[in-house]
Amino acid sequence: MPTIRRTTLALAAAAVGSLALASCVAAPATTSTPDAPGATPAGTTAATRAPANNGKLTVVTHDSFNLSEELLDTFKSDSGLDVTFVAPGDTGTLTNQLVLTKDSPLGDVVFGIDNTFAGRALDEGIVAPYEATTIPAADADALQADDSNRLTPIDFGDVCLNADTAWFESNGKAIPETLDDLVKPEYKDLLVVSNPASSSPGLAFLTATVGAKGEGWVDYWTQLKDNGVLVAKDWTEAYSVQFSGSTGKGPRPLVLSYSTSPAFEVVDGAAPTQSLLGTCFRQVEYAGVIEGAANPEGAGQFIEFLLSPEVQADIPGQMYMYPAVRATELPEEWVKFAPLSDNPHTVPADEIAAKRDGWIRTWTSTVVG
Amino acid sequence: MTRRVGWTLAGALPLAFLGIFFTWPVATLVARGFFPDGVFTLAGFQQVFSEDRTWRVIGTTLAQAAAGTVVAVLLGVPGAWVLHRTRFPGRWLVRAVVTIPFVLPSVVVGVAFKSLVISTGPLGHLGLDRSFAIIVASLVFFNYALVVRTVGALWASLDPRTEQAASVLGASPTRVFLTVTLRALFPAIASAAALVFLFCASAYGVVMVLGGAGYGTIETEIWFLTTQLLDLTGAAALSIVQLVVVGASLIVANRLQATQARAQRMRTDSSNESPWRFRRDIGPTLLTAAVVLGLLLFPMSTLVIRSLTTASGLGLDHYSNLATTGGGTLSVPVWEAVGNSLRTATVATVLALVLGLLVSLVVSRNPRNELGRRGLGLLDAAFMLPLGVSAVTVGFGFLITLNRPPLDLRSSMVLVPIAQAIVALPLVVRVLLPVLRAIDPRLREAAAVLGASPGKVLRDVDLAFLTRGLGLATGFAFATSLGEFGATSFLARPDEPTLPVVVFRLIGRPGLENQGMGMAAAVLLAVGCALVMALAERMRPEEATTW
Repeated sequence: MPTIRRTTLALAAAAVGSLALASCVAAPATTSTPDAPGATPAGTTAATRAPANNGKLTVVTHDSFNLSEELLDTFKSDSGLDVTFVAPGDTGTLTNQLVLTKDSPLGDVVFGIDNTFAGRALDEGIVAPYEATTIPAADADALQADDSNRLTPIDFGDVCLNADTAWFESNGKAIPETLDDLVKPEYKDLLVVSNPASSSPGLAFLTATVGAKGEGWVDYWTQLKDNGVLVAKDWTEAYSVQFSGSTGKGPRPLVLSYSTSPAFEVVDGAAPTQSLLGTCFRQVEYAGVIEGAANPEGAGQFIEFLLSPEVQADIPGQMYMYPAVRATELPEEWVKFAPLSDNPHTVPADEIAAKRDGWIRTWTSTVVG
Repeated sequence: MTRRVGWTLAGALPLAFLGIFFTWPVATLVARGFFPDGVFTLAGFQQVFSEDRTWRVIGTTLAQAAAGTVVAVLLGVPGAWVLHRTRFPGRWLVRAVVTIPFVLPSVVVGVAFKSLVISTGPLGHLGLDRSFAIIVASLVFFNYALVVRTVGALWASLDPRTEQAASVLGASPTRVFLTVTLRALFPAIASAAALVFLFCASAYGVVMVLGGAGYGTIETEIWFLTTQLLDLTGAAALSIVQLVVVGASLIVANRLQATQARAQRMRTDSSNESPWRFRRDIGPTLLTAAVVLGLLLFPMSTLVIRSLTTASGLGLDHYSNLATTGGGTLSVPVWEAVGNSLRTATVATVLALVLGLLVSLVVSRNPRNELGRRGLGLLDAAFMLPLGVSAVTVGFGFLITLNRPPLDLRSSMVLVPIAQAIVALPLVVRVLLPVLRAIDPRLREAAAVLGASPGKVLRDVDLAFLTRGLGLATGFAFATSLGEFGATSFLARPDEPTLPVVVFRLIGRPGLENQGMGMAAAVLLAVGCALVMALAERMRPEEATTW
């Protein structure tokens, strides 16, 4: 008997303790003040128009999100918004977290859902319609996920194989050009890719093979496997450990990376690597207003900010992607060493959404068993 | 009566913390898996357990954790002797070095180990790539210090007179070790082994890199099902398996401890350390040197080399870049991330220490009835659970529980130190508990009989013995939160990154500049950890020492 009473007491104390703890822990988060309260006209209007959100904006991004601090500071002071950034993981983790929290949205605006997960985001209705004004219609149409204007393209890039040019020169072999070349005997044991189950570029490359081969993609991977393709856990292992053309000086001269990667390997005005433009998948990254956002207006402001000329010009150096606004001037090195593919392999977003999970499972049982 | 209320409160506060920030989120997420459309179903279970892969994954997890634990203990106990019972110059440095792996982000360790064993690496000819041996080696790399430190802390405070008596009575050194010393150390060994087992069972990044494609553990499957597929039914089934594994290992550890835990003669000074002696110490010393040099420093040296390699030979360029944003790859210079890390880790350490101290004091009580003892055993085990449960489950659980006022903390920075404190708390308890349990209850009784109030007994007996463990516990807690990445990565703030987040970001970018700077940041983290551990070691209040 006494023990039971003691348990009840303990539970009661736990409840009291938890509330006390919670309130003192939560306090700092709720009492934070905006940088410059009402200093700018934009700030005042945002605050008066949307009293429910107290001038706060929560931006949910993938874990590669990055912009110059000055630009972010400018946005904060121009909008007068108290901005919080959260970056829960890669594009898949990000999208799935938003799906999981549909009933109580994680934030106001999302950036970083790519076209391999866009279909899922649209099907699940986690983003609300928003008509972006800062992006030229032609650029938006070229990269759109569907025709519902719920996802606004912010940047894009080509996921392509990269080759260590010096290796091919000294071994007297031609650099492969197409997906079909990769299964030829002279390229046996040369390629390392990352696992589509644990890496976004890996998933993009798997999608490229589906786009190129249709139903024949499983056969193609069987041939790749027979030709000694190596599967790394993620981009880091593939590129900086297994690849011979970068810092790791590994054993494999062909690696799955981005078309922009050679620009970052340039030494004395020459790039020791090059991308194989016939093997690419075009990855597009979108922003959207989260359905049920407390501050949809602030969310819209943030999307326009991402499309502003300053941010678009900042994207290549910060996120290693091409700006969606094509008129944006590119860094000099990119013009020389980071070409885009003329004909990347594509698969419509809704088809990816419907079949992605099945592809990964089939791929796993085919390639790694 | 007031005492009882006091102890109940002391236990209730940490329990409430655990309940809100661990049990509730995990239970809610797992429950979603069983009620996918609001209706209870075991379909996920059937689906998951009908796949061969699931059983293989469970087998791999157990094999990996068991092998990692056994090897870490076998190597760690001699290490504890050398580093905690013998005196030699530079000992503080070696002690600090063995703790470094504890804070290294797994992505960096993955690169370090993998670079050694691939065909072009220095160990390429040994054919270790994708071998079980290299996976176990990496697990021991991470967990060696846990055994050395936990066992060493108790060993250093054991009264050597019991051993001396046995040897005077004619027992051989081996017999003394096996019958006296090992038995006295048993609680600490079991305690450390339980921790190591949980860490090994839930290891994620490194084992996936070293094991190669197809290598899967329960942890990697839960990560995939949850983050990539949002298949909560499948993930819930695996989470239950994970809980069963964790629960079973905790029961075993608890039983082992219960059979052996008894009061030891302890002392609070370090007079039982003796100078290094060739005949007695050469064996364990050689073994420990081999582990420290071959298993710890060798892989770490590849990181140092990478951090020093520039386009024009060796240089410190990457280190001077740490003052910058790395040409824009980071949103803040690395030193600002260091500031974030230190701030977060300080808060996490204070939280973990306060709560861990309360838990240890409560659990070390000796209730008169069986039920009370059982209850304390359960309490003890409850705080170990977070080590064995997937960070993904906790992270996704946060999203659907801590989402309403007054607990809408999902985008709040306070969750970061809280998540780290939950991981550090069991370490604090594991360090403090063996010390507290080994206090002869007669000491407390004697103090009470002589008229000391309960508060005074607590201060003058329990806390006096705890001081040594407290320094170590602080060091471990701080190091854990400095290096914690699993839970932190779900809560990361791009504009306020911690040091491991910065390393992860840099190493995920092409180009020598980024890679080299990432490695330099990792080396900075390692040196910082070594400093913290060396300082924590010196945190011993005057009155607890005799000289």
